[in-house]
Amino acid sequence: MDVNPVLFVNHLSKAFGKRPVLENIDMEVQQGEILGLLGPSGAGKTTLVKAIIGLESPDSGNVSVLGTTMPNLEIIEQIGYMAQADALYHDLTALENLQFFARLYGLSKLQQKDRIEETAQLVNLSDQLHKPVAQYSGGMKRRLSICIALLNKPKLLILDEPTVGIDPVLRKSIWETFRQLKESGTSIIVTTHVMDEAEKCDRLAMIRNGKIIAIDSPKQLIRRSNTQTMEEAFLFYGGVEDEN
Amino acid sequence: MRIRALVIRILQQFYRDKRTVAMMILAPIFILTMVHLVFNSDSYEPEIGLINAPSKLEEALPDNATSIYKTEAAAQKDLAAGKIDGYLQVGSTIHIMVEGSDPSISKSVVEKIRTAFPSTGAASPDIKVDALYGETDMSQFDSFGPILLGFFAFFFVFLVAGVSFLRERTSGTLERLLSSPVRRWEFVLSYVIGFGLFTMIQSAIIVFYAVYILGMMNEGSILLVLLTTLILSLTALTLGILLSTFAKNELQMIQFIPIIVVPQVFFSGLFPLETISRYISWISNITPLYYAGDALKDVMIRGKGLGSIAEPLIILLCFSLLFIVINIAALKRYRKI
Repeated sequence: MDVNPVLFVNHLSKAFGKRPVLENIDMEVQQGEILGLLGPSGAGKTTLVKAIIGLESPDSGNVSVLGTTMPNLEIIEQIGYMAQADALYHDLTALENLQFFARLYGLSKLQQKDRIEETAQLVNLSDQLHKPVAQYSGGMKRRLSICIALLNKPKLLILDEPTVGIDPVLRKSIWETFRQLKESGTSIIVTTHVMDEAEKCDRLAMIRNGKIIAIDSPKQLIRRSNTQTMEEAFLFYGGVEDEN
Repeated sequence: MRIRALVIRILQQFYRDKRTVAMMILAPIFILTMVHLVFNSDSYEPEIGLINAPSKLEEALPDNATSIYKTEAAAQKDLAAGKIDGYLQVGSTIHIMVEGSDPSISKSVVEKIRTAFPSTGAASPDIKVDALYGETDMSQFDSFGPILLGFFAFFFVFLVAGVSFLRERTSGTLERLLSSPVRRWEFVLSYVIGFGLFTMIQSAIIVFYAVYILGMMNEGSILLVLLTTLILSLTALTLGILLSTFAKNELQMIQFIPIIVVPQVFFSGLFPLETISRYISWISNITPLYYAGDALKDVMIRGKGLGSIAEPLIILLCFSLLFIVINIAALKRYRKI
């Protein structure tokens, strides 16, 4: 066990009006770990992710990243974030989008060029950079968003449904990239509702109705529930939710 | 620099959206040309000062002869201050002096005095008319002009800035930006600079077109005209951004036009403020166009310098500053710091 987790979520609760969206969330992410957040849409994954980055302020509890309580602008600089919606400027080219975000994170001209080349290669967009984003397909936009999230060499990478609409071959290579990043010490949080993708994470937090119903390595989750698949495991933990 | 990044991006977006750029420049030119060709006049009861006038004449102008003067100097002082619209001096000849910045008012002063004369029994006299500002043959277009310039600067910048800021919100890029190290004030300021640069070019083109091609009267410095339209654009920009926070989509942004933009026209000086009901005339104090119209008329018709338009310009800048501060605070909704 590491002494200092990269991310530490402590008793986090959040309600929209009277409806609770997150209830008493506790979790941590170590350096070089990939944590998956698995759950159906509406479970609270995106709200949790936004609370981590500081876009949602919690009603109670707190989030700290790299030992600092969020939101904090210096720490935000160390986080790579990819939102669920593709936050891109459609009338600009992909390159212009990348340059914009690179400048925003204070990369020098030389760094900009290097990082853009490097990250574009990773998501296989190198030859398409001069096209306006308006002409991009859904999958290409997702890849461009991943690319933007990687620009600042983040210590913590937060990806909200990164592989929606991306074809399986490319999805595999993107997960390859995540593995490489993990090897180099980056911590990654990935939300997903795809069960087979969830199995690729080091640890998995199953989220349902704003609560973490189980958190462990994918193998352990399946073993402990005496089931064969992640889907069955999810049903199992969701079912015993009331007893906890 | 983060601000530089944002400003470059905003300008790139302008470059890509050529239709909006064209709309912001060509639409004002088109409408100005239309107004140049078509204009109308309305009736207005002028306030006339009398110097040495027979009392019969005074009786013949019951609604209009509001002030009696002993010397011309006193009358001229009131005329310059806007207390009266013109004065009549009866000596060896009959001399009418009008204020001159609004030809419809000048015309009505002369008209009232002319129709009053037959009732005094005198034969149709020789009347000499002079104007304090402008010329007596100034067209309606010349008097509308400054206000139209202000209106276009306001209207188009308000709409385009509001919509771009709104898009930033609806497309998720605002949230994305706030998950980056950008400070809230940097974000708002970038919009002010990015759009400020663009509006500088826009106002320059429109002002030059109006003055040099359509021949709109300009007695003062063209630089002051540009400065005034630029400062007004700034107010429009910051107000547009602020109000876009209260709109869910582009259509709702357009719905602000009849509420925010059109009423300002009534207080801009396009219609004589004196005829507006007292119950609503106080509104003029909170409409940016009122101050801009005032300043533009002072420069373009009365040929005044920076000193006399400093006050309205400072008020406009205060409006902008206020809107900017509220904007930065309003972004707290998305990120606490």
